[in-house]
Amino acid sequence: MLTKRQPPGILGGQMTNPTYELVCGMEVHAELKTASKMFCGCKNDPFGAEKPNSHTCPVCLALPGALPVANKKAIEWTIMLGLALGCKINLFSKFDRKHYFYPDLPKGYQISQYDLPFCYDGKLETSFGTVRIHRIHLEEDTGKLLHKKINGEDVSLIDFNRGGVPLIEIVTEADIHSPEQAKEYGKKLREILRFLEISDCDMDQGGMRLEANVSVRPVGTTEMPSYKTELKNINSFKFMEQAINFEMKRQEKLLAAGETVVQETLGWNVSTQQTFSQRSKEEAEDYRYFPDPDLPPIRFTQAQIDVIKKSLPELPTQIVERWENEYQIEPRFGTKLFNTASEANIFESLFSSAKNKKVALDKLASALVNKQVSLPAVESDVEKIINEFAKLNSVEDVDTGELKATIQTILSENPDVKEKYAKGEKQVIGFLMGQVMRVSGKKLDPAAVRATILLSLEK
Amino acid sequence: MTDLNKLTLKKAQKLVAEKEVTAAEIQQACIDQIKEVNGKLNIFLSHLDVPVTASEGSLHSLPIAVKDNVCTLDFPTTASSKVLEGYRPPYEASIVRKVKEAGGVILGKTNLDAWAHGSSTETSDFGLTLNPRNPDFLPGGSSGGSAASVASDTCIIAIGTETAGSIRQPSAWCGVVGLKPTYGRVSRYGIAAMASSTDSPGPIAKTVEDAATLLDFMAGHDPLDATSNPAEHPVFSNSLNKKISGMKVGVLYQDLKGLEEVRPYIDAASKVLEDLGAEVEYSQALDPHYAISVYTIVQRAEVSSNLARYTGIRYGNDRSHFGDEAKRRIMLGTHALRKGYADKYYLSAQKVRAKFALDFEKLFKKYDVLISASSPTLAEKIGASEGSSMFGELADMLQEPSSICGLPGINVPCFRDPETNLFLGLNIVAPAWREDLVIQFGDAYEKATTWNSWRTND
Repeated sequence: MLTKRQPPGILGGQMTNPTYELVCGMEVHAELKTASKMFCGCKNDPFGAEKPNSHTCPVCLALPGALPVANKKAIEWTIMLGLALGCKINLFSKFDRKHYFYPDLPKGYQISQYDLPFCYDGKLETSFGTVRIHRIHLEEDTGKLLHKKINGEDVSLIDFNRGGVPLIEIVTEADIHSPEQAKEYGKKLREILRFLEISDCDMDQGGMRLEANVSVRPVGTTEMPSYKTELKNINSFKFMEQAINFEMKRQEKLLAAGETVVQETLGWNVSTQQTFSQRSKEEAEDYRYFPDPDLPPIRFTQAQIDVIKKSLPELPTQIVERWENEYQIEPRFGTKLFNTASEANIFESLFSSAKNKKVALDKLASALVNKQVSLPAVESDVEKIINEFAKLNSVEDVDTGELKATIQTILSENPDVKEKYAKGEKQVIGFLMGQVMRVSGKKLDPAAVRATILLSLEK
Repeated sequence: MTDLNKLTLKKAQKLVAEKEVTAAEIQQACIDQIKEVNGKLNIFLSHLDVPVTASEGSLHSLPIAVKDNVCTLDFPTTASSKVLEGYRPPYEASIVRKVKEAGGVILGKTNLDAWAHGSSTETSDFGLTLNPRNPDFLPGGSSGGSAASVASDTCIIAIGTETAGSIRQPSAWCGVVGLKPTYGRVSRYGIAAMASSTDSPGPIAKTVEDAATLLDFMAGHDPLDATSNPAEHPVFSNSLNKKISGMKVGVLYQDLKGLEEVRPYIDAASKVLEDLGAEVEYSQALDPHYAISVYTIVQRAEVSSNLARYTGIRYGNDRSHFGDEAKRRIMLGTHALRKGYADKYYLSAQKVRAKFALDFEKLFKKYDVLISASSPTLAEKIGASEGSSMFGELADMLQEPSSICGLPGINVPCFRDPETNLFLGLNIVAPAWREDLVIQFGDAYEKATTWNSWRTND
């Protein structure tokens, strides 16, 4: 009987079963935009490459005898991200080999980090609560497989332009309790990666890839569920939110029916709006990790970490908060103005110099957001924009005589206006103001115009 | 002048510099000798047919034989495995580039145990090499081809690689000089990896002086090898012709079972060093049998990983072309790294490895160098390695403790059996980065004795 009963919430398809809550952790991969690849000097620009396999060398092709040398910048950036997310940094770290066989992995192993990631124990705040960061490690991306038909034959082609591109993986604790929170977490993380200018996070091209480990548990319990399904290869926040939402309901239904959820990797089918099985995870993988003997372990001093810490820019949330206090710029404008630290810096100069000139800063911010003035691209644009803004807000002196004459002309052309006003239809004032501005062709002080109109109407 | 192929590097450099002979004549003499002996001895897998000119430099276009696991642009590079049969690398190893820039000419590529897995050349997929001193016997390995090339005067000097004994053991069996530098002293870039944490390329030469001369060109920091030492290296040839009086020598492993055959000759070598004024005494080190276990685990684990790139998707030949020895090592290494086993095998091997390093640290507080036999026996008969998958580890047992610690060592001939014409070698080991000491002692010993067949011909 029990198995046949639909659990509440599923029937309508909208409400989720109130007796279960989501337990979800996320793994996000992002390609770093260093000039060269992670372990060789090849150009790191897989999306801009003129043709396949053009950004390759013996190292990223894994030719016999080739050896990796770690990209210092990529390591510094990983640590910078870790510091931005409040992580602790391992002063002794190393790279490990992770073995698996796949045609896009030329060495037969991926250089990754196993037990000593560069960063661990951080956090990212969302409006739904804190998401703890379990670890951030650095590894190399794989090549790309293309399955094509050439001369009627099915072929698989490999492009190694992406092979060896630095890739960071950010792993959270299972602190995400709603699909909306998963989405917000992903977006905030992307915002930080872009702000630090270490990754473009291009989701369409695979420059940022999302995975979620999903399980549900009865509300009120705190134990970790004994199973999870992995949502993989999802390339938008919206789809991730939808997939988690679907997956929650699917699992709730199974559990409520007394069934078990199969441990597996799932994909998201956008057209059917359903998750689908990609591969069973019943058997644990064995990657045969061991420290890569080609890469000496990495030791940092606290002083070196402090240097990176010092170079860390003020983060978006703090900037917006400070702008509100310092410049009285509303956060709804502040958040919309910049994506990167460099952009934020330019706005900083603009606001600080505008403040000195006693410009109304919130109005300036509003004008910037609403594109009434051009956006500064470089620091030297600051003066130009302040001038533009001043022009936008300047009012010409009202010549009362001329104004009166204009109003009289309009009133005589529209004889019913005065009658309407007398009957209490106050909206005629707005009509008159519009007409005055149009006829005069000038930007006049609205208050003065209004006062003159009222005088004329009262007469 | 006759027998130009028999010249030492030093002599050849001098003669060419003084325009007594041309490098082309010397190369031709080596090519002629290859054509004479290679059909029988199987030393070279590929070689020059006519002399060529290299860039200017003090190596004066003199011909160098290179082990076939070292990438070269001018010759295929197979590591003696069918998997890489016919493979031509699109780049060359850093050491090849360096010796070419110094004016050296790559004469050809020498045979080895496939992937350098072995100590006899019998695991080569292209047939074994015979010992030029006595073709009924093995040349040793894995750099058997390079050692045999020097012994047969088919080159002026050769390059080998050692993971644990692969330069010194074949040098001992072929009666030549083999120098294994400190791990990280010579770049590994462009050498098909065997065990990445111990692989060390080095010279195999007719004299210690020649070995020191070539090492001066091979050594040095390589930005393409993250494990190469960024420090400046001393000029190694400055350590020649120096006294060793008053210096301290520890003699190791003389009481080990199975060393009865070689013990008297090492005692004799100790006496020579003593006569040169060194203070020589027997000393105790950790039992090298433990080093076999450590080395076997670490090396197999790294091999299983390093060979993972030969997937069959590239290089033409698939994995069925791996020989039995490679397959055995891949399986053992894969097992040693399995989840739940890595701690038991790989990580405990690394801990014992650290114990050996500590042991050497203690010994080097007392001694400038340590000596032992380079191999527990003289060259073995052909076929000896068959049916013994641990043949190499036993043959290299005396090298393995210092190899797993990355220490430098040299083999110098210290006995010739007049009946078989086979040689025995003395192994001299020094602290890390002290190649100068092994050169100093090797050179002093070589000059005080008559075992070196080129010196006696001088």
